[in-house]
Amino acid sequence: MINFGYKRNESATLDLDVDNSELYKKLLKEEPSAATCISCGTCASTCSTGQFTDFNLRKIMLLCKRGDTQSLEPIINRCMLCGKCQFACPKGLNTRHIVLILNKHLHAGKIS
Amino acid sequence: MRIEGKEQIWKEYQKEIPNDDFFYVRSCIRQNLFPASEVIFLKILREELSKTIYETPHHTTCGGIGYHSDIVPIETVMTIIARQFALMTEAGFENYACSCITSFGLYSEIIETWNHFPELLEKTRKSLKEATGREFNIPKHLAHASDVIYKVRNEIAEKAKYKLINKHTGKPLKVVEHIGCHYSKMFPNKGIGGAEYPYVLTGMVEAWGGEIVDYPERRHCCGFGFRQYLVQANRGYSLANTHKKFESMEPFEPDMIITNCPGCPFFLDRWQYVIAETEGKCYGAKGQGIPVFTYEEVAGMVLGYDPWDLGLQVHQIAVEPLLDKIGIPYNPETKYQGLNGKDLGKPELPKNICSC
Repeated sequence: MINFGYKRNESATLDLDVDNSELYKKLLKEEPSAATCISCGTCASTCSTGQFTDFNLRKIMLLCKRGDTQSLEPIINRCMLCGKCQFACPKGLNTRHIVLILNKHLHAGKIS
Repeated sequence: MRIEGKEQIWKEYQKEIPNDDFFYVRSCIRQNLFPASEVIFLKILREELSKTIYETPHHTTCGGIGYHSDIVPIETVMTIIARQFALMTEAGFENYACSCITSFGLYSEIIETWNHFPELLEKTRKSLKEATGREFNIPKHLAHASDVIYKVRNEIAEKAKYKLINKHTGKPLKVVEHIGCHYSKMFPNKGIGGAEYPYVLTGMVEAWGGEIVDYPERRHCCGFGFRQYLVQANRGYSLANTHKKFESMEPFEPDMIITNCPGCPFFLDRWQYVIAETEGKCYGAKGQGIPVFTYEEVAGMVLGYDPWDLGLQVHQIAVEPLLDKIGIPYNPETKYQGLNGKDLGKPELPKNICSC
């Protein structure tokens, strides 16, 4: 088997009848710049942690918007907060603050 | 869906395709991926069917890849496209044919935008005049190159040496057709047959003796999707799309896939290799993969052109099993010879997918 640096994403089903946007709303309240994310993936491309783990900030934003806190919880604390993604972000998002906010809420037991 | 229903939809979505006199523009990437397709298109129209088709080395990219990657702004794209139209106008043509599906979608989008916002058309005319001194007319007819081949499909069938029929069983080959998303999903009335059941490739396959496979994920994207692939971190999504299509078509045991987009044949072809190398899953009979072709390559095959002149040796999935099924002769010794018999070298064969 060959490691190409990426692998197939498993299919996922999103139940649009269930509103689980509590975490995303909290994020926007504390860091409004998160709303301007265009999911370009530049953050993930430049991420040092992403070279060695499954950490991917673009994916984290996607999971957050979808309200998939279960998938978020085990990966959010892998970020080293180096801030490279913040330099690269074309929209100037405060990415470190976003990670810290998500970490705080996910691990403080405030979001079930 | 019942066939009567499809025929009803196909009747509603018809477009006028001129019979002759085209100004032709090439794709940015097709000559690298499927090197003979555009040359074969020109050869068929000029030499087999005696049509007038003009191309100029002065044309450029349409800017589509940069536009869909959010790098090139739409005003710039409008001026680039205006310059292409200026070249057509200067050459004395009114019918514009393009090789690329993304270009076709973008031309349709820009012309539609100009129709709705005439002030943008005037601004573009001014920008082009100031930048290049050129003036342009909007094409009377805009066609994708597959529209042109669709138009002449029966003439090709009359000249064909081979049919899309399994010579061992006498039955039509089962063909999966895959239409590029930008052909008619954005503007259904610009494509033959509309968005849901486009007829452009189905018409070719039926005219040349094959049988279309109607499978659940038929209209699903091939997986290119620009930012799905261009950013490495997103490539898992690209692969997932292609995987979904192959899982859906596999039970129908298709013999081949025909496409009309620059990206689709590349991803449907190469991702089979990547899926095999990362997951060990091989599609097609005996794990040989399902060969993927452009419509020009299929037209060239039925007309009896040498498979290696069609560039079929650069496909990831080997084409020999299909050539054997149809009965098209080929010389294995010359597979990797370039022009004038120059040895191009033999590529390393994949480990987890059968190859020739």
